[in-house]
Amino acid sequence: MDQHHDVPKIHAAHIDAVTGQATTGHEWDGIRELNTPLPRWWLGIFYATIIWSFGYWIVYPAWPLLTDATRGVFGYATRSDITVQMNELKAQRAALAAGMADATPAQIKADPTLFQIAMAQGKAAFGDNCAACHGVGGAGGKGYPNLNDDDWLWGGSLDAIMQTLRHGVRVAGHDETRVSQMPAFGRDGMLKRDEINAVANHVRELAGLSTEPKANLALGRKLFADNCAACHGPAAKGNQEMGAPNLTDAISLYGMDVASLTETITNSRGGVMPAWGGRLDETTLKALTVYVHSLGGGQ
Amino acid sequence: MSTAEADPDDIPLFAASRKVYPQSVSGPYRRAKWLILFLCLGIYYLLPFLRWDRGPHLPNQAVLADLANNRFYFFFIEIWPQEVYYFTGLLIMAAFALFLMNAVAGRVWCGYLCPQTVWTDLFLAVERFFEGDRRERMRRDEAPWTIDKLWRKSAKHAVWLVIAWWTGGAWVLYFADAPTLVRELATFTAPISAYVWIAILTFTTYSLAGIMREQVCKFMCPWPRIQAALTDDEALNVTYRYDRGEPRVSVKQAQKLKAQGAPAGDCIDCHQCVAVCPVGIDIREGAQLDCIQCGLCIDACDTVMTKIDRPKRLIAYDTEINVKRRMAGKPPVYRPLRTRTLIYAALILVVGGAMIWQLATRRTADISVLHERAPLFVTLSDGSIRNAYAVRLLNKRPEVRPFALTVDGLPGIRIDAVGVAPTADLRPVVAVDPDSSREVRVLVTVPAGVPLEASQPITITASDLFAGETVHATDHFMARGGKP
Ligand code: SF4
Ligand code: SF4
Repeated sequence: MDQHHDVPKIHAAHIDAVTGQATTGHEWDGIRELNTPLPRWWLGIFYATIIWSFGYWIVYPAWPLLTDATRGVFGYATRSDITVQMNELKAQRAALAAGMADATPAQIKADPTLFQIAMAQGKAAFGDNCAACHGVGGAGGKGYPNLNDDDWLWGGSLDAIMQTLRHGVRVAGHDETRVSQMPAFGRDGMLKRDEINAVANHVRELAGLSTEPKANLALGRKLFADNCAACHGPAAKGNQEMGAPNLTDAISLYGMDVASLTETITNSRGGVMPAWGGRLDETTLKALTVYVHSLGGGQ
Repeated sequence: MSTAEADPDDIPLFAASRKVYPQSVSGPYRRAKWLILFLCLGIYYLLPFLRWDRGPHLPNQAVLADLANNRFYFFFIEIWPQEVYYFTGLLIMAAFALFLMNAVAGRVWCGYLCPQTVWTDLFLAVERFFEGDRRERMRRDEAPWTIDKLWRKSAKHAVWLVIAWWTGGAWVLYFADAPTLVRELATFTAPISAYVWIAILTFTTYSLAGIMREQVCKFMCPWPRIQAALTDDEALNVTYRYDRGEPRVSVKQAQKLKAQGAPAGDCIDCHQCVAVCPVGIDIREGAQLDCIQCGLCIDACDTVMTKIDRPKRLIAYDTEINVKRRMAGKPPVYRPLRTRTLIYAALILVVGGAMIWQLATRRTADISVLHERAPLFVTLSDGSIRNAYAVRLLNKRPEVRPFALTVDGLPGIRIDAVGVAPTADLRPVVAVDPDSSREVRVLVTVPAGVPLEASQPITITASDLFAGETVHATDHFMARGGKP
């Protein structure tokens, strides 16, 4: 092999002795790169793709302008494609949608096809509208009921759920809304601090939880009977008509520790949920009802 | 060695391909190629019409890729999308089979079985039928256009297009009920995608097998490069036995030389081996990447050797080692059973065996369980803990099957399915439609008082009430550790 390690001369190519092929003039450790011409078909396809791309510019929207873009010769746009597809989908689903519109939540629940639709639609609607407070899976949080359990403030039947959904809870200026108000015993001066502590401890006693050693349980019992039993019931089992929670079960919305109970009794609580009737259409309300009912605690 | 100087600007941007005019040839390798061609194309074109009774509701086409319903049927085998590992297995086996073929006989796949070779062979036969053999074709291509040339060329392209179109047509038949689709295609009521696919495959078949031919093997196909790295000295390759052939001299010259006691090879430099080569190479230059191992040059040279009354197989499937051994006066050795080939064969058997075992023990039901994450667990009013799961049941049989769900793993553990009525023994029974799957939301509850860790394993079992087949899935039951 030749020993040319100098810079290749301009306009002079080295010819590889074995193949008789010109090289590119690049050399690495004595290895030279053959300058093999491309096959003609290859080059042909390359040029064809370039020409083809002009077609794209003309046929499709391609060039961005200041406020718009070129429209292409057929005015094609993916947006109009989507509109067409959405309309097709709506037409396809019309029969099922009509079925949903005509059925009551109970009928939907009994019909496997409608139930499936309601679950899908309900899940989507729940994610859009309810998840902000109740969590994606309806797990809730402090002050926001967990919809997966079997404890209901206002009732867990399909009808009760639909009613709550439609009219909301404590929506100001809404006649049919769920409403009840626990007095703020402390703030309004109905009970004193030590009385509140006695009631709080008695409530824990009712729920089977430990009480503070210094607590005056007898006082608590009396105060509860006088002030609380009207709504929560003498055994503190709650009343769904009034949205009064059962204080004896294992679930609590605001906490069952003495501090939380003291806060509740002193200042009262009262969560608010929007009225979804009017905001969501009837079918969506039904789907949501069935979905929430199916989360785990439906009665 | 000399260094020639040339103006780089003179190097053309492209090289026009030299047209190859393979001459017809006859012999055992050619016959083998015809046989394989008829077998392969026969299977390809006719297989979609083969029926296979699978009972009602299921297609009765023996081989069908039912994309719309996500099923693949291959005779008695039915594959669901979650069983694509069968295809993975097939691909792995195909790869090993290629390696094995390569270790035994080089690029033999390319010469006999590759679709590109098979269709090119068929297209060449058509070309020969209309335009004659090598010399005639070359002469006609040189000559000016005449009516005769025009009709021959047009007829050739017309037949090529028909074959190409039929090839594309057969392809789409694998994706729908073949007789129905044929009727739809004929009445122009078939789905548009069918026509598009036929058009695409017509175009590719026509251009690859008719126009590009050996260019595909030389420039487009990655396999020659891979096989060049895989092959070894002991693989049988189409080899010009230069130990016997060189020096090349004419028959007369050979007689003269031999009379003088000078060496004379068996090759008479007649170029027959070059004329028949479909990739247009000279095998006497040694083993090369472009050779597709079709063996046609062997047939050609054997014809010549028979004519001049010399022993056959001057070109033969042979190894480079043996050529050297013969030159050194040693006997040739063939070792088809080598570590490499044995390992490949063993791997093929292992993968194939695993697939057959998997197929033989294939279940007709399946269960998969997904724990719901929001919330991970729920405390109920009586203090019991509940977890929710999405349970998907698969029924691969052609009838409705009722599956009873049970759960094990913790004392007092109970299972409910949302929207499903339980039987008397409190097992929810989920009916799954034929050949489909159904997802149910399942609630698993553990009563208050059972000591629970943050997470403990449970098993959910689905049992077919009639057939008795049971499938299990294990998952975790979540709870807050200890007392609240
Ligand atoms: S050299 Fe021989 S075996 Fe190789 S492609 Fe040509 S004819 Fe076929
Ligand atoms: S066909 Fe045989 S004899 Fe003729 S050139 Fe080729 S190798 Fe030599």
